[in-house]
Amino acid sequence: MQLTLEFGGGLELLCDSKKIHNVNVEIQNGEDKLTMKDLLSWVRTNLIKERPEMFMKGDTVRPGVLVLVNDCDWELSGQLNTSLEEKDVVVFISTLHGG
Amino acid sequence: MEQERERNGRLCCLCSGRAALRRPKTLQQLCRECFFRVFEDEIHQVIVSNGLFTRGERVAIGASGGKDSTVLAYVLAKLNQTHDYGLHLFLLSVDEGITGYRDDSLETVHRNQIQYGLPLKVVSYKDLYGWTMDEIVATIGKKNNCTFCGVFRRQALDRGAALLKVDKLVTGHNADDIAETVLLNILRGDIARLSRCTSITTGEDGPIPRCKPFKYTYEKEIVMYAYFKRLDYFSTECIYSPNAYRGFAREFIKDLERLRPRAVLDIIRSGENFRISTTAKMPEQGTCERCGYISSQKWCKACVLLDGLNRGLPKLGIGRSHGVIGASRDRNERNGGKTIESKQCGTLDF
Repeated sequence: MQLTLEFGGGLELLCDSKKIHNVNVEIQNGEDKLTMKDLLSWVRTNLIKERPEMFMKGDTVRPGVLVLVNDCDWELSGQLNTSLEEKDVVVFISTLHGG
Repeated sequence: MEQERERNGRLCCLCSGRAALRRPKTLQQLCRECFFRVFEDEIHQVIVSNGLFTRGERVAIGASGGKDSTVLAYVLAKLNQTHDYGLHLFLLSVDEGITGYRDDSLETVHRNQIQYGLPLKVVSYKDLYGWTMDEIVATIGKKNNCTFCGVFRRQALDRGAALLKVDKLVTGHNADDIAETVLLNILRGDIARLSRCTSITTGEDGPIPRCKPFKYTYEKEIVMYAYFKRLDYFSTECIYSPNAYRGFAREFIKDLERLRPRAVLDIIRSGENFRISTTAKMPEQGTCERCGYISSQKWCKACVLLDGLNRGLPKLGIGRSHGVIGASRDRNERNGGKTIESKQCGTLDF
């Protein structure tokens, strides 16, 4: 599945200082869809190069990291259960840096 | 398509457009345009109901280039126009002299100056104190540098504000920051700061009052606003900031907020409603004999720290027992004059 991932608010520093990543994420064997939960564990394994604790806590994002799926707050779409589709844009923004 | 509806089917509770976010404060789901309006209206209400400004005033916005001050500058400039406050707004930035951090964030402020049409003044530690933070860290190491930076920044903002001849200084401290500060002041037993850290305006008895129009504004909404408006802000952690103690408090607040977003406002309310026992002695305000800045001691903290740096004894002024100035010292030692040791970062030092 082709997805565009964008990291902001300092999170880009955890993945080679690159803000926008066009990625191809395979749906796991035996699953019929890709959820945000799957995507987060994929991101953690494949994109985050340092200090993963700045991005994740447990199986979800660290509190203070905002997530938008197609420019919509993931709190409205079911957070980890949000299912993703081809060409979706997922944005992660940390609120934890400076003011 | 079923999923599509599931994902995008939420509607704005004000206009029935496609909802873009859930507000932490009210749990309302709003579309982008309604969110912009509600966000700006609430700040306008805070400004009006607290009488933060008077027509004709000159107001400096403490601008770091970060999300909060960038959104504050944008929103204040907008409200000043739409509601005709009649304010003269300025951007005021402090250049601490931190290569690879402040030089980059100041570029953001320079861009904001043009984008929002607000005049900018930059004051530097080098000009005010003769030292950059890079030079201070080279001398003292990375242990207590945030103490120096915090004390110097507070004064630098006041001095910059005086140079701009402004009547008020506004900062971008948001509700999450204030809740965090309430908690930290409790953890430190810092009664003097606990009683004033929730005030929307402070320093009214001093030369330049400071106020916090974002006192009730959630960090999430500030960042969402900046994101949806595509505002240009800088977000890199200070290269010298270990920020450990404050970091724990911050994380704790964020965890609570995830479980119950109202917790942030409730902590602020708790801070507001604390009654300070009349037997607790509060530090008396005076002025520094050396530089004239407000101080509860003979010398202000910046002068003590600077004196240490210049004499090659940078540990002076760090920690509880200073032993340099002696006089008038012990009254403050007794009543909690242990003002800044263990403060990790002074950005949020009210």
